[in-house]
Amino acid sequence: MSEYILELKGISKYFPGVKALDNVHFQLKPGEIHALMGENGAGKSTFIKVIMGVNIPEKGEIFFNGKKVRFRNTREAQALGIAAIYQHSTDYPDLSVTENIFLGHEDVSPRMKKIQWKSMNAKAQALLDRLDASFDAKTQMSDLSVAQKQLVEIAKALSMDAKILIMDEPTASLSNRECEELYKTTLKLKEQGVSVIFISHRIEDIYRLADRVTVFRDGQYIGTWDMAGLSKQKLIEAMVGRKIDQLFPKRKVPIGKEVLRVENLSLAGYFADVSFCVHRGEILALTGLVGAGRSEVCESVYGIRHPDSGKVYLEGKELRIENPWDAIGAGIGLLPEDRQQQGLVLNWELSKNISLINLDKYVKKGFYHIPEEKKDAQELCEKLSVKMTDVSDLASSLSGGNQQKVVVAKLLNTDLKVIILDEPTKGVDIGAKTAIYDIMCSLAERGYGVIMISSEMPEVLGMSDSIVVMKEGRVTATLKTKQADQETILKASMFS
Amino acid sequence: MDTTSPKKTLKIQSYRQLGLVAFIVIICIAIQFRNSRFLTVSNLLDLLTDDAILCILSVGMMSVILTGAIDLSIGSTIALSGMTTALCVSKVQTLHPLVCILIGCAVGFLCGAVNGFLVAKCAVPPFIATLGMMDIFRGLTYVISGGRWVSAYQMPESFKAIGTAKVADVHVYILIAIVVFAVAYYFFSYSRTGRKIYAVGSNQLSARITGINTAKISWLVYIIMGTLAGLCGVLWVSKYASAQGDTATGEEMSAIAACVLGGVGITGGSGKISGLILGAVFIGILNNALPIIHVSTFWQNFIEGAIILIAVLMNFAVKRHSERATLRRRKI
Repeated sequence: MSEYILELKGISKYFPGVKALDNVHFQLKPGEIHALMGENGAGKSTFIKVIMGVNIPEKGEIFFNGKKVRFRNTREAQALGIAAIYQHSTDYPDLSVTENIFLGHEDVSPRMKKIQWKSMNAKAQALLDRLDASFDAKTQMSDLSVAQKQLVEIAKALSMDAKILIMDEPTASLSNRECEELYKTTLKLKEQGVSVIFISHRIEDIYRLADRVTVFRDGQYIGTWDMAGLSKQKLIEAMVGRKIDQLFPKRKVPIGKEVLRVENLSLAGYFADVSFCVHRGEILALTGLVGAGRSEVCESVYGIRHPDSGKVYLEGKELRIENPWDAIGAGIGLLPEDRQQQGLVLNWELSKNISLINLDKYVKKGFYHIPEEKKDAQELCEKLSVKMTDVSDLASSLSGGNQQKVVVAKLLNTDLKVIILDEPTKGVDIGAKTAIYDIMCSLAERGYGVIMISSEMPEVLGMSDSIVVMKEGRVTATLKTKQADQETILKASMFS
Repeated sequence: MDTTSPKKTLKIQSYRQLGLVAFIVIICIAIQFRNSRFLTVSNLLDLLTDDAILCILSVGMMSVILTGAIDLSIGSTIALSGMTTALCVSKVQTLHPLVCILIGCAVGFLCGAVNGFLVAKCAVPPFIATLGMMDIFRGLTYVISGGRWVSAYQMPESFKAIGTAKVADVHVYILIAIVVFAVAYYFFSYSRTGRKIYAVGSNQLSARITGINTAKISWLVYIIMGTLAGLCGVLWVSKYASAQGDTATGEEMSAIAACVLGGVGITGGSGKISGLILGAVFIGILNNALPIIHVSTFWQNFIEGAIILIAVLMNFAVKRHSERATLRRRKI
């Protein structure tokens, strides 16, 4: 038996005009958790696709247990016991957990090919038990939370007898507590001898789990390190390729008059008695666990949801907001959490996306002025340094961080007083994160009141002026960031 | 980072329309060989006159489909507005033709408003809402007419003149269709509302969060559709000088076919007037040409359907090809 269960040597993969992977290496030991890191566009996804037989590399060799292999399709990779859990889970919401686990490789009786429900349910339950899952195998998929769905995905991989499990950003949409659960599950798999390739942007994940880490940058292999003794600073530098002296470039901005005040806002089933206020130039962090009602509060302020009671004041005047268009008219903008579905029209040009919020601006004498629309979009994109060839690029062609900047550009294209950012750095790489933080500071400098919903503790502490913590629909703490620390916030969000 | 070249995408889009043009030209040449009367000015004018109503309807249908919805009730709307107008004009023989047209449009407007109300305000799925209203409007047509026809002798000459009027040898219906196309071109390409319609069809959630009143937009497109169908009701009844309970049954399908042929994406958000004109004219050519090359009436529907499917399949093939090309150019 060789030292490595999976080894890739000198892999290169070209797409027309682009070297997606350029002579990269990767070695996976049996029973280790190996993190794969790199900024968006570093080639991680392509690399995973090479391992899974989705992409066929132009150059390079793959060894499985020391034996040279070639994967022509996913099935061949799966046959050797390699399974992947993708970022966007591919479940069938109307089917049961058992059906999801065994879809495509059902147990059938040898002669009649009749599906063996009983044995399948039992096997599924056994797999779930092995993962310490708290739900039944007969549960319908749509009743599960994101974290639970991931367990199903893992169980599915195990049902195919996976020896190597690839997890692509599994913690991206989990709350802290759910992450803990996932850590436990992953470590347990490791104990059982499964090798894990773990992709994540969250440095905490990597330090909690990984034995070794491999970093890619711009399709190139940068290095592999043992986690023990590797400093965060060094890891970040390896990923970004330059020194980041400051992850949080918070600048001091004089805080002005109150701009938005929320009083005793309640919505049955989601939140109750929520009050807070934001001033001009202030960044307010709204934090707590996922599901604490933070997004719902902001959606109510923005008119997507309709609160049962409570008041919202803008610059001292009470607002009646029924719809998002009322909110924008009053001067409240929202950067939604799901930028691809809610923030952008992906198959549209950037310029069209940016103008959509303020179409009236471009109508002169009854005709729509496309050149002006493009000019404005160009200016805004330059101001936010969006990486693009042209404002007629399609929104879908940009990377996650740049898409986020375009959504911000869109918000800046109208007269706003308050900007709500719902998890603005979710799923973007470290370089883009810093850029978004920088944009947040300049928003504050320009006198906007900024509300940032965030679950990431360092970001909350590093970027805000004040903090509101929510737990199960109620505000459990309102703090000045200067006086706050991680412990207080955690306590307020979990135990109060 | 390598990005999609917009020029390339544009090129492929125009290929798609060129493909349809080529298809039309080939078919025209083939027909011309079978019957040399096909490509004469008088036959082409006849063809366009017969096609005009479909052209007008397809504009309405396009605006509905652009939002990702559908309207199945327009055949019935045509019947109802045509019947209402015919009944009015048979009672009051002195009614001015323009007033008749206004009556028809008003009935269509109301029909569209009801559809829009169901879809936009009551959140009934468009297919179901308009399927229900299709039967209701058709039923109403029979109820108000008592099941009887309004025939040519009950209509004044001034009303029948709408269907025969010409300006310098060009039938007035063609002119009306041209005006509708021109206004629609402006509306879809150069107005805010047009842009909003595309936005709603491309990504309704994002459009709503961006502050577009999506309910108002989907209501509006049904009203546009209904009003144009109402107009067509008057044109239809005047042209055939007869209003019947079963007028224009199935006409919605021709309008949908024109849109699909013209490259209007059935899931919403994409489509251009230039393509739509090609689609509507194409169907007009099929309707006109198959009889004059003596294809048996039994085969006409079959051939029409087959040709429509072939054209659409070709469209899909081109679209898939262009999407692949776009993806290949994208860095992963």
